[in-house]
Amino acid sequence: MANVPGIPVYKEIGATPAPVSASERARVVIVGAGPVGLAMALDLGRRGHEVIVLNRLDFVAHASKAICFSKRSLDILDRLGVCDPAIAKGVTWNVGKVFWGAGDEPVYQFDMLPVKEQKRPGFINIQQYYIEEYLLDGVQSFANIEVRWGHRVEDARPRGDHVELSVTADMGGPYTLTTEWLIACDGARSTVRERLGLDFEGRVFEDNFLIADIRMKHEMPSERWFWFDPPFNPGRSALMHKQPDDVWRLDFQLGWDVDRAAAILPENVEPFIKAMLGSDVEFEREWYSVYTFQCRRMARFVHGRVIFAGDSAHLVSPFGARGCNGGLADVDNLGWKLDLVLKGAAGPELIETYNTEAITTADENILNSTRSTDFLTPKSSASHYLRDAVLELARSHPFARPLVNSGRLSTAVSYPLSPLNTPDIDVWESGVPPGSPVLDAPHGDGWLLDAIGDEFVLIARGWTDPTPAGLRLVEVDGLAADRLGLSEGGAVLVRPDQYVAARWKAPHTEAVETALRRAREAHHG
Amino acid sequence: MGNLITTPKLAGGDDVYEQLVRMHEGLSEQESLKVWAKLCLTLANHIGDRQIVEQAIALVRRIQPD
Repeated sequence: MANVPGIPVYKEIGATPAPVSASERARVVIVGAGPVGLAMALDLGRRGHEVIVLNRLDFVAHASKAICFSKRSLDILDRLGVCDPAIAKGVTWNVGKVFWGAGDEPVYQFDMLPVKEQKRPGFINIQQYYIEEYLLDGVQSFANIEVRWGHRVEDARPRGDHVELSVTADMGGPYTLTTEWLIACDGARSTVRERLGLDFEGRVFEDNFLIADIRMKHEMPSERWFWFDPPFNPGRSALMHKQPDDVWRLDFQLGWDVDRAAAILPENVEPFIKAMLGSDVEFEREWYSVYTFQCRRMARFVHGRVIFAGDSAHLVSPFGARGCNGGLADVDNLGWKLDLVLKGAAGPELIETYNTEAITTADENILNSTRSTDFLTPKSSASHYLRDAVLELARSHPFARPLVNSGRLSTAVSYPLSPLNTPDIDVWESGVPPGSPVLDAPHGDGWLLDAIGDEFVLIARGWTDPTPAGLRLVEVDGLAADRLGLSEGGAVLVRPDQYVAARWKAPHTEAVETALRRAREAHHG
Repeated sequence: MGNLITTPKLAGGDDVYEQLVRMHEGLSEQESLKVWAKLCLTLANHIGDRQIVEQAIALVRRIQPD
């Protein structure tokens, strides 16, 4: 039986017994076995580190949480070796359409994969519990990763170069765990954040949205459909999105003054569904819930030996799919840095660049998500009429269509000002600048991102010198080289998270080694 | 980066002023708010320079009634 009542169960796991010793030592402890905590564990585990994951629940929850996984998240899952089952199960989509009023023609549409011929699509929709299951499968193939189910963190005490945790295990009672690094992936209501008494600043939005996940047989293209002011929810918005297993995510804006408990009763939800899909629609309820949202983040994500990642560090409104995707970006950024620090190859200043870069990502996500929310829920009558002006113009005038904001969906965030970048010395008309992720392309019989993997590499078009120490050389030509803007003799230095650190039209070994030192150790020059 | 022109440039200013007044004929205040917004958006796109728009917004926000 599940150890916490009231949460639907996807998969029973059962409590892990408390350790034999009442006081243990660890190098890395991760709090939370959601997608962010598990991906973090897998990234570090694959790099050979001993990792303990503590999870309050002793089961995988069957709750309606993240459903949209971005291309960048798929690339990260690929790097972690768990993307294929997600692609096989998920609903692939690239196109989003926005409708207004009763109109059948979209006032705006977008393509989340404008550059084709990449391994992964713009997005897949898949229930979060499937992603958690695939990550768990990955985790279980590493003996150095231990997930403890039904282990609750009661207190966290930073002690200079380590952190002391008080943990209660459902099976076996309390114990103390002392860890060199603590990664808090314990969600929006993070216990670790609370115990450390840390801030979480931002805006709360006064609106309620109803999620109705339903099962039904329905034909519709695999696209994200969004309505402003549709006849079935006048004056408000709605969203329809396909998930695996004939499950559909319907989302209805409700307004601020609603009785949230009453709003999720079937007799109140089902009229929305019937108004949208027709009174004769046949469906089964999967999950009804009402959410409100906030855009907020911690002032810092790194507090000595305690590092925050995912919802514990930052929250966004769901329009834009920037919550879970933002958390996976944190993992991507932190994994290789903590790896180098744990191996003694870099100092804490490299972890400080996680703070800088993950905050850049969080701020971009919060900015986009806040703007979408302001478009959906205008705060003043002037902004309301501005929004309506955009929608009315968009019907017949193309210039207004890109202003229609039903959510700017998650894409990889760039760090143009990162201290790990070596600024360009050449003039580039194209390609990927330092601080942005490598653009995937066909490469040999496979794909460029698979070829670069998760270590420092030098991508080159015709490298003739000896390969600089500490780098693997990946020779490219054709489309892969063109997308990086590489002409003969050029090269790009890539970080283990597949972000460009430096690039040259005519590099020499010493310049590459200097840039590598800067990217690995956060030392300038 | 462009600079916002703040010296007189528009020929037929009285005609344009009259047209701006007439744009609102028969409209409620709410509808007027919306046509103002449409006009701003249309002109901003035509100008096509974010910095000019930003300078214009800053300028009009600085002007306070006596």
